[in-house]
Amino acid sequence: MKARIYITLKNGVLDPQGKAVHHALGALGFEEAEDVRQGKYIELELADGTPESRIEEMCTKLLANTVIENFRIETD
Amino acid sequence: MKAAVIVFPGSNCDRDMAVALRDVAKADVQMVWHGEADLPDVDLIALPGGFSYGDYLRTGAIAAKSPVMAAVVKAAAQGRHVLGVCNGFQMLTETGILPGALLRNAGLDYVCRDVPLTVEAADGAFCGDYEAGGTIRIPVAHHDGNYFADEGTLDELEGEGRIAFRYAEPVNGSARDIAGIRNRRGNVLGMMPHPERLVDRDQGGTDGRGLFTALAKALG
Repeated sequence: MKARIYITLKNGVLDPQGKAVHHALGALGFEEAEDVRQGKYIELELADGTPESRIEEMCTKLLANTVIENFRIETD
Repeated sequence: MKAAVIVFPGSNCDRDMAVALRDVAKADVQMVWHGEADLPDVDLIALPGGFSYGDYLRTGAIAAKSPVMAAVVKAAAQGRHVLGVCNGFQMLTETGILPGALLRNAGLDYVCRDVPLTVEAADGAFCGDYEAGGTIRIPVAHHDGNYFADEGTLDELEGEGRIAFRYAEPVNGSARDIAGIRNRRGNVLGMMPHPERLVDRDQGGTDGRGLFTALAKALG
């Protein structure tokens, strides 16, 4: 089975990289891009039947830093 | 004093740290590979600067899960002294020994220069040889030194005198200009600037010596 992990910065955490990307989009004429937040996307190939709680543990123990990041898990 | 410098794949300030500990603090220094499960019996554990695991995932994140780090977390909880510099500071926040996190520098630049620091806490094993409110000049070399913590945590750090050093000029966007913090008990210090790089006149200055002379006094 496959799990897709989306890791995003929490609200209130500054994202200088997102800001730079936003600025560059503006310079290219994409004025409709009102804000950019940059995150991470991780794909996990897992043994079939892996419970969601194990994936969550992977996220809280390593993949995301919950001081600054949120994560969302999608599985097939 | 007996000291251990932990070496991770990608550490690059481990030998500078060992030299500063030996020459200035007169410490008996052992280098310990991160894969060790046990720590030798030492008074001080130093987590050096560098780019452990290529900064993959987040700076210090993978190193923080190294076998030896479980022993470091335990030792810190028992009151053993732990010094984390630069990547070492990032590891300390990743393990949760110190609060907060170190984000990408606000200006997105890798900052590599000497910066003035204000000494906020001139007491304890790490800072006792500096003068409160004094300014020292210490080099920084980092891309992710922008200290972040929620307002409550920042207030707590300030209220409890746990901010050891602040940047005296804008460097990386750090919350409240924080350059280094201590844990509540005062046995753990994490800082982005590199005191070990300025301990001998031949390095262009000696402002980093105070940290090591203070450690020598506190830990023998």
